[in-house]
Amino acid sequence: MIRSLNDGFKTFRRPGDPGARAYTLGPLQAGPPCCEPRPLIRVERLSLHYRDKPALEGVTLDVYRGCITALIGPSGCGKTSFLSVLNRLTDLIPGCRVAGCVRIGEIDLFDPGLDVQALRREVGMIFQKPAPFPLSIRRNVELALREHGLTRQSELDQVVEQVLTDVGLWEEVKDRLNSSALALSGGQQQRLCIARALALEPGILLMDEPCSALDPIASGVVEELIQNLSGRYTVIIVTHNLAQARRIANYAGFFWVKDRAGRLIEFGQSRQIFESPNHDLTAAYVSGERG
Amino acid sequence: MPEVFMRLRTPSARRVGNRLAALVVWTAAALVTGLFLWLLQDLALGGITRLSSTFLTAPPLDAGRGGGIGPIIVSTALILIVAGAASVPLGLGTAVLLAEFTRRESGFAGFVRLSLDILAGVPSIVFGLFGNAFFSIYLGLGFSILSGGLTLACMVLPILIRTAEEGLRSAPDDYRLAAAALGLSRSAALIYLLLPSAMPALIAGWMLGTGRAAAETAALIFTSGYVDRMPGSLFDSGRALSVHIYDLTMNVAGGDANARSSALVLVLLLLLINGSAMSLAKRWRNARILAA
Repeated sequence: MIRSLNDGFKTFRRPGDPGARAYTLGPLQAGPPCCEPRPLIRVERLSLHYRDKPALEGVTLDVYRGCITALIGPSGCGKTSFLSVLNRLTDLIPGCRVAGCVRIGEIDLFDPGLDVQALRREVGMIFQKPAPFPLSIRRNVELALREHGLTRQSELDQVVEQVLTDVGLWEEVKDRLNSSALALSGGQQQRLCIARALALEPGILLMDEPCSALDPIASGVVEELIQNLSGRYTVIIVTHNLAQARRIANYAGFFWVKDRAGRLIEFGQSRQIFESPNHDLTAAYVSGERG
Repeated sequence: MPEVFMRLRTPSARRVGNRLAALVVWTAAALVTGLFLWLLQDLALGGITRLSSTFLTAPPLDAGRGGGIGPIIVSTALILIVAGAASVPLGLGTAVLLAEFTRRESGFAGFVRLSLDILAGVPSIVFGLFGNAFFSIYLGLGFSILSGGLTLACMVLPILIRTAEEGLRSAPDDYRLAAAALGLSRSAALIYLLLPSAMPALIAGWMLGTGRAAAETAALIFTSGYVDRMPGSLFDSGRALSVHIYDLTMNVAGGDANARSSALVLVLLLLLINGSAMSLAKRWRNARILAA
């Protein structure tokens, strides 16, 4: 059932499929500037409480297929909480209550019968702090694949090579796949984490400030990688780096704390948000006057 | 000297204070180490002359005044194996439940923790009496290695569970989140990520427990008994090293020399358990990282 949200969105990269190597990131599906936006995720009146403390109130927005959507706003305004709703990572937080309606494709995210493991396979997540597992580089990628039923070593090898190539890490690590991932630099670790997520062939990638723990050069490499993902994956990225959001995002949403709860103040095409925002708060924030 | 540098100089009173504090700390450390070394050399000087391969393998003669400690080493090992086989799975299971599947502040977990803390403080002679009443008499195991091992298992469980729980809790939450975000099940995260990263703590807990069990006397007197023959099965009574030492010093006139040698063997055994556990933990970790 989860597979259905994937239909026609990207080709299923099956290892061994002829032409699987033709595009490292799979063929481009949606036009780059998102001329005809088709919503993939529809969020309506989403609110989220940690025990009695509201974190998000009344968030409504559509996330468009194949586009990069940037979420900006000051710390503590619920952007990360918003991301964690989309792959139901909020389930792990004790006392976290979510209300509202979120649909991904045809699927109701809060359906009690939803296979959450399958959902998380479809909706990948990259964290602010690179979190490679204390295993070898190869095992970092293979672990989840094995869990999801891919066990043939030759297929695993192919996926490992493919995704590491996709994130530009293959040439750097191909001779030391069996050494610890913890020995990689911060930027390499973050790219490994992205590769690990891509290996599961997700349709959607959630990125929670993926560059903020990296130095400017590593950050640039990861940013370029994210740009390459646009059109192939639906990316939602939380960032505090407004210049970065401006560079890579097709759409942008601005969050702000109002009445002690995070709210979505404005949402629209990235250019509009940054150049002619409708809301005073947005204008003040993107111009650097507040926030 | 310019005034600003004068201000950067440590006042002499504070310098004296610092030196004094350093002295106190170093003396304390030296005392502790010295005590251990003194004990070790005393045991070694008194016991090493009798230590030989025959002493380690021969059966005791004349109530332990002569002969060796072969059967006693075997009994000790069997008791420790029984204790480990019973306590490690139980302890690990409980620790996983407490650390991963209950919230720290939940009532049930708090109750389990409180019981464990009380158990950890119970004197070993009480465990001995309990083991005698429950395993030896009620379950009909009699004075046997099985009774002794199971009693020791009850005794080391609290230590084992609390250290394992702390070890699991100290595994970074990043792993849990990242694993969940990749759609890994909780059991997969546990097996591949959390248990390996908690392994040093698990081994430390097991080591502390086994050390305590190996040194235990009171709990064994009423459960595994005094018999110093080579045990034929787990249902036979077997005399542990510590019980042997106790018996030779308290009840056997002229048994002091062999008691010292046995004590030396016991201390060496504890050192061996410690050392091998640590190297095991290290090797295990490396193996996890390198496993392709």
